[in-house]
Order: sequence, then structure tokens, then C-alpha cells
Amino acid sequence: MTDATMEPDIAVTDPAQSPARQPRQPMPDKGMEVPQKPAHPVTEFARAFARNQSAILGLVLLIAMFALTFIGPFFYGVDPYEMVDMPFAPPGGDYAPLGTDYIGRDILAGIVTGGKATLAVGASAAFISVVIGILIGSIAGFFGGWIDAALMKVTEFFQILPALLLAMLLVSVFGAKLLTIILSIGIVSWPQTARLARAEFMRIRKLDYVAAARTAGAKNAYLIFAVILPAALPPLIVAAGLAVGSAILFEAGLSFLGLGDPNVMSWGLIIGQNRNYLLDAWWTVTLPGIAIFVTVLAISLVGDGINDALNPKLRRR
Amino acid sequence: MKTLLSKLASVVGLLFAVVALNFLLIQFAPGDPVEVIVGEMGGASEELVAQMRAEYGLDKPVLVQLAIYVGKIVTGDFGLSIYYNQPVLSLILQRLPATVLLMLASMTIAVVLGTFLGIFSARHPKGLLSHFVTLFSLAGYSAPVFWTGLMLLILFSSVWPIFPVSGMTSIRGVQGVFGYILDVAHHLVLPAVTLSSVYIALYSRLSRASMLDVLGADYIRTARAKGLSERQVIYGHALRNGIIPVVTMLGLQMGQLLAGATLVETVFNWPGLGRLAYESILRRDYPTLLAILFFSAVIVVVANLLTDLAYGKIDPRIGGRRKPAPRKTKEATQ
Repeated sequence: MTDATMEPDIAVTDPAQSPARQPRQPMPDKGMEVPQKPAHPVTEFARAFARNQSAILGLVLLIAMFALTFIGPFFYGVDPYEMVDMPFAPPGGDYAPLGTDYIGRDILAGIVTGGKATLAVGASAAFISVVIGILIGSIAGFFGGWIDAALMKVTEFFQILPALLLAMLLVSVFGAKLLTIILSIGIVSWPQTARLARAEFMRIRKLDYVAAARTAGAKNAYLIFAVILPAALPPLIVAAGLAVGSAILFEAGLSFLGLGDPNVMSWGLIIGQNRNYLLDAWWTVTLPGIAIFVTVLAISLVGDGINDALNPKLRRR
Repeated sequence: MKTLLSKLASVVGLLFAVVALNFLLIQFAPGDPVEVIVGEMGGASEELVAQMRAEYGLDKPVLVQLAIYVGKIVTGDFGLSIYYNQPVLSLILQRLPATVLLMLASMTIAVVLGTFLGIFSARHPKGLLSHFVTLFSLAGYSAPVFWTGLMLLILFSSVWPIFPVSGMTSIRGVQGVFGYILDVAHHLVLPAVTLSSVYIALYSRLSRASMLDVLGADYIRTARAKGLSERQVIYGHALRNGIIPVVTMLGLQMGQLLAGATLVETVFNWPGLGRLAYESILRRDYPTLLAILFFSAVIVVVANLLTDLAYGKIDPRIGGRRKPAPRKTKEATQ
């Protein structure tokens, strides 16, 4: 509040709004609080998000990467599997602007086409891990007791196993195909979401409206998925977004270890296939790595921004 | 004591589950290790194949194989590596110290540097360096760790060759114990820095948030009002509480740290468990793989127990003094 005559305690209890945006209100009677008409939650959220510079930067980067991946191929139609020049032609050459890899394939074409697979693996693996996590976490948090104890033991079990080693084993046992890779990443990376979902469910199940629904005769499944889950979703959606980022890193790591699908061009695959020659051709590993880095960075910036904007405590700042 | 016992029981249960899961996975594997060996040998007679199957116990029912495997593990027998044809246990014990060294070094760098950066940016939240720390922590968390390693490898092998980029010791021999330690430390720099980059990022962020929280607490104001120096306030009072989230995270992330070590070891040819895992997967060396997974679970569990102990030391509310607490509240209500 910029108004100097305003009572300080009213200014403190006023719902969060930055001083600059506040329209001037008529002075309320002393001691009486006239609550402002609160903005629609979505508007409020959008405003808080827009005020966050790094979140906007993340959004811009993310849109740029999406554009590169989904619109780029229409403008740069070089076949990523075709040999266009000598192997290890440096960037700036006549045939390949970002150089070629160890068998003379165009790196830029690889980056432009490989994004789709990278993003698809990231999104679907994150989806699987979040679904498993929500299922386990919600059941554990909702029922409590021995069910909770048993499910948390399973979660703990998956947490002590180094996820990458387990995924390496899964992929090598069941073959380096895209579907196997997606499933493996999803199967090893759900515990964090499960813990988050469990905490949310334990908090929400004690609220009055859940008790009301129960009294009205709702069954457990209805309570879990239709009554509690919607209220627990916002932090879980953010977690899902961040999970996409870590799944992309995961896929890149597997590809680097030679466990990527050799038939599907992805950023990780370019790095994995060229890493033995990196001292002769730095661009083959550096450039796809930058694509991964920027994408994951953008996802975490946007995720943090959404998280902060959803959190009323932080919004006040 | 009772909590210690129940903790040990759950540790044993978890490790048994690891063994069972790994064993099940291997059962699902499409390739039979004997076939792989035979393939590498360039064919073998039916009798030899059957003999090898019997040697590795592959001709028995699954449950019997599992029981035999568990029994052997209890006695410390992890079988023979199919590739190296030597006991897996000795193979792993050869590689284990390198991985533990790498993990300890990275953890130390990450905790010390991360906490320090976090404290600094909590004290000057609007400063230029604080923004830099935030930026750095986001970057460190978004870059694939093996890629960070590859970039350092390029930098320090062709541009500025002051650190060795491969292996753990020089090919040319070095003189004396001290020379050996120095040599290993020299080789350790790049792998450790690479692996710690992710965690420096994470811990600086964590300790920044918790220090911001702690520095606003009443007891810090009291400490300042008593006229303590800023250094005493920060390192004597605030840090004790501010570091708790870092310690919690440290325990939770042991598995991830080990996974990161796998990638970093592969980048820098560091002769640890991670690189052995990578090699074993390429060679379908299942006994070795099973043992690596088991030992990595052991590392994580032991590290978690140590974190729990450290927790009790750092935060006296947790650990040994739990019991008197309810009695006190009873007295208070009377």
C-alpha cells in the first residue's frame, strides 16, 4: 500500500498484491476491513508468473526449442541419416552448417530431427513415472496404516537402487528399443512423485470437504480420484513437468552409454555415437548437448516459475 | 538400541529384495550367458554347452537357482565373472575403492562449496554473486553430467592440458607412496569436479533457502544482540540449523550420486564400479552385474545409515534423546 494514511495492520492483512498494481480504494472505516474483490485465480496466477523474469526466459527458451523441433524440419529438410559431406567436416562447411559426424551425417539435421524423439521419450517416460507415482502415493496416503507402510517399503526399495544402473540393466535385458527405454525410465523414476502424492493425500484427506463427501456415501475409489486428486494435482503437475526434464537427461545418459535406440535419431544418440571422436570433432558432442541443456533448463525455469506462482507465500514478494 | 535393530532388519530385508529383483530380471533376459560365451568361442559341442550350463547352475529350476545364489552371497561367494573368468568378488573389491573415492571427493566438494555459496548468497540476497549462484545452480542441474564431463575433457586435453583426462594413475610409474597419492589426486580432479557440479548446484540452492529461513529466526537476532561477531553468528549458530536440509538430501541422493559416478567413470575411464557395470552390460556378464547392483545398494544403504548418524550429531532433537520428550510434556501439563 502506498497510501500513507492507511492503517499498517490493514496493509499487512490485505491479500497479496504488489503495491504498484493496487487501484486506490476509498478509505475504509477504522478497524473495519473491506476485502478487495479477489482476482480470478487464473488471472492471479498469470500475473505472478509474468512478474517472474526467469520464468518468462524459460518460457521463451521452451517455445524456441519447440519451434526448432516441430517447425524446424519444414525449413531444414536435410535427411539426418544421409551422408552429406566428409566425416568430421567442421562447422561452417559448404554442405553442413554445423559440421558432420563420424560418418559424414549433418549435425544440424540430427539436432532438428532428433528433438522429437528426445521430447517424446521425456514426456512419455515422465507420464509413466507420474502415473505410477500418483497411484502408489495416493493409495498409501489415503489408506495409511499397513498399506502405507508396505507401499512405502516398496518406494524405499526403488530409492536405494541406483536408478540409472537399474534402467541400464532393464534396457540391456529387454533390448534398446524406444518403448523399452521409455518404460525403463518410467519404472525407475517414480518414487519422488509417490512421496509427494502421499504427502498431499495425507494432508487433504483430513479436510472437512472430504469428510462431507464420505458422509454423503462416496466410495474409496471415488474419494481418491474424484475428490482428493483434483485438489492434490497442482504440485503434482509441476513435478510432472520437472520429471520431463530429468527423463530427458536420463535418456541422454542411456544413449551415451550405448543403450539408446540406434534406429531413432535423438540428441543423446548423436552424443553417444560420436563420443569416441570428440577430440577430433568437438562439435559432434557439444552442439546436441547444448540442445539438451537448453531444453532441460527451460523446463526447470518454467516449472519453478509455476511453482512459485502457485505458492501464495512466495507470490507476496 | 531397538531402533538400531529394526533399522538393521529393514536393511537386510531391502538387500534381500535387491538380490531377488536382480535375479528375476536376469531370468527374463532373452540371451543365455552360456550362448554368449559359446558365440565368442566360435561354437562348441552339445556336451560342452551342457557342462557349462551345469557349471554356472543354469540347468536347475529358477527357485533353486535363487536359493543357491542367496546362499552363496551370504557366504561372500558372488560366482565367477563370465568375461574375466575370475571371482566376481575380487573383481568388485578391486574396483570399489575407486568409486568410493570418487563419490567421497565429489560429495565433499559439493557440500563444502555448495554450502559456502548458499551462505554467501543468503547473506547478500541482492548481490551480483548471489544472482550468479542462482544461475549457476540452475545450469549445473540442467546439464547432463556426462556432457559436462565431455566439455571439461575437451577443455583440459586440447586447450589447457594441466589435468589428466583418463584413468586413475599415470602410465609412467611414480616414486613412493606420497607420489602415488599425489598422482591419484591429480587424476581425481576432473572426475570429481564433474560429478560434484550437479550437487554444488543443488546444495547451494538448498542451503541458500534454509539459511535465509534461519537468519530470520529469533535466536539469530538474540545472538546478534549479544554482540557476537558475524562469523560466530553465521558459522556458530545459524549453520547448525541451516545445514540440516543439506544432510537430509545427501542421504536421499546417494543412489543418484552412484548413477552419476557410472557416467563420469565412463567419460574419464575411471576404473570404478560404474565403468565395470558399463563394460559388463556390453558383455552380458550377468554375475558381475548382479554383484554390482548388490554392492551399489550396499553403498547406498551404508551411506544412509551414516547420514542418519550424522543427523543425530547435528540435530540433537533427532536420535538418542527422543524418549524423555513425552515425559517433559506430561510434567508441563500437570
